[in-house]
Amino acid sequence: MSTLALPAARSTSPTWLRLRNALRRHPTAIVGAAVLGIMILVALFAPWLGTIDPQAVAPLRRLKPPSAEYWFGSDMLGRDVYSRVIYGARVSLAVGIAVALFSTFVGLAIGLVTGYIRWVDAIVMRIMDGLMSIPSVLLAIALMALTRASIGNVILAITLAEVPRVVRLVRSLVLTLREQPYVEAAVAAGTTLPRILTRHILPNTVAPLLVQATYVCASAMITEAILSFIGAGTPPNIPSWGNIMAEARSLFQIAGYLILFPGICLSLTVLAINLLGDGMRDALDPRLARRM
Amino acid sequence: MLAYIIRRLFSTLVVMTVVAFVVFSLLYLTPGDPAAVIAGDAATTDDIARIRANLGLDEPFLVRFGTWAWGLLHGDLGTSIFTKLAVTHLIAQRVEPTVALTLCTLLVAVAVAVPLGVIAAAKAGTWIDRGVMAFSVLGFSVPVFVLAYILILTFSIELDWLPVQGYHNLSDGVWEWLRHLILPSLALGTVYMALIARITRATMLDVLSQDYVRTAQAKGLAPSSVLIGHALKNAAVPIMTIVGIGIALLISGAIVTETVFAIPGIGRLTVDAILRRDYPIIQGVILIFSAAYVLVNLAVDLSYMFFDPRIRY
Repeated sequence: MSTLALPAARSTSPTWLRLRNALRRHPTAIVGAAVLGIMILVALFAPWLGTIDPQAVAPLRRLKPPSAEYWFGSDMLGRDVYSRVIYGARVSLAVGIAVALFSTFVGLAIGLVTGYIRWVDAIVMRIMDGLMSIPSVLLAIALMALTRASIGNVILAITLAEVPRVVRLVRSLVLTLREQPYVEAAVAAGTTLPRILTRHILPNTVAPLLVQATYVCASAMITEAILSFIGAGTPPNIPSWGNIMAEARSLFQIAGYLILFPGICLSLTVLAINLLGDGMRDALDPRLARRM
Repeated sequence: MLAYIIRRLFSTLVVMTVVAFVVFSLLYLTPGDPAAVIAGDAATTDDIARIRANLGLDEPFLVRFGTWAWGLLHGDLGTSIFTKLAVTHLIAQRVEPTVALTLCTLLVAVAVAVPLGVIAAAKAGTWIDRGVMAFSVLGFSVPVFVLAYILILTFSIELDWLPVQGYHNLSDGVWEWLRHLILPSLALGTVYMALIARITRATMLDVLSQDYVRTAQAKGLAPSSVLIGHALKNAAVPIMTIVGIGIALLISGAIVTETVFAIPGIGRLTVDAILRRDYPIIQGVILIFSAAYVLVNLAVDLSYMFFDPRIRY
């Protein structure tokens, strides 16, 4: 009588399977992933990529245009722009990835609770509405004006500005999920709230959050560059793409390359992340995929 | 309907109160002593004490918030630490260039992006569609100031068609005023255009698959009148929503654009205030910008009734 065997458990989860299929359909996402991968490798192996000390000044070799010796030229203090741009990748990527991680986790925690507990929802969402009414760059500027410039504070400031958007997303997901029959069944079976949240709700938020995290990462990298560019970001003694461009602000008419190289690197990395995000969204959210 | 408008006004009021509270609390929530940070490294204890008194950090939190909010309701945004002038006065001096820049950008962006999105949706799957989508992804990825410098290097320095930097008042002549706004508006507007074009395309694709569009086509209406009269009209509400939400991009971008193009607007005031850590100015700018953002979105919400007669609250 025991011939009614269940199909063998699939070794790959449907999410990963969908992701793989969609990446095949979206070659641009693969290009994005490749470029991002290269950028991360460049950031990790910066000291071994023909770079010199990015802070080493050489007053006699100021503002040299790109040449065999200075691939990306030298800046107004004679520092090697190539080395500065390569090391700058570390700051931009670290800020982007850290903000994506932190705001996802904080937003997830707040969103899960607000989506499920009504009275918390009313209060927290009013605060989130308020925070979202402040353009994120401005909120980050305010925080940076009140704290000492450091990469940690930049990450903190941008995270605070990004969290409300993640909370909104998680909350809307939770509001839909809690009406699902399997959640109602779990409630009826007497499952405790923490268990419902972690076991039934949380796994279903992973896919959209993954997509959101890529957009947060891209937007955080741009915000970091904007903050550094207007002098409210990464401290000037750390080379970041925004800082290199900020220092070139008054020199761009005679040394456009000072803006061009970090600008291209930043745009390229953000583009790669956006392409990857678009591909993942198409893969993980088939409903949206047809439209966007 | 009146009830809806009143409810919507009330919620706007709540949001603005939260904004004011958040902006005010930042002073107390940030780690370390903000007065010492603002004063800088070369400050004496007297300087720090003076700044602490100016910011009201020596008073209890709620008392200070009460005084500050009362002043706010009377149009008092505090005084600048550095120039000792009223923040409202400083902002009022700088309003014109910023309003000119953002309005100009808004008009250009909507006028370009909506037709782009409509065409992309109508020609879905063709190279035109792919071109618009590629522009949209690129627009999201190139930061405002990078684009601004590329535009300046190309059109001002190489081709010498347009001024490199600066701003002319409208009263000094319309042509000069416009000439100085072309590049800043293009730089600032690109990301906004990318956003609007993308949403327009997505919404249009959605609407174009509706039954009433098929009916209109079956009746033998001209494709253009189906596209504009039937589809775009029904896609107006989501497009308007994103136009309103996207204003946040314009505000953030204006700060950077004004810095690159040396436009003496509110953004430039903010950047100067950052360098001097003049927090009351930053606080005032955030409140003004956020209020503008919230009010624009309120207007957008109320405009739905006009765009879509089915919406009746």
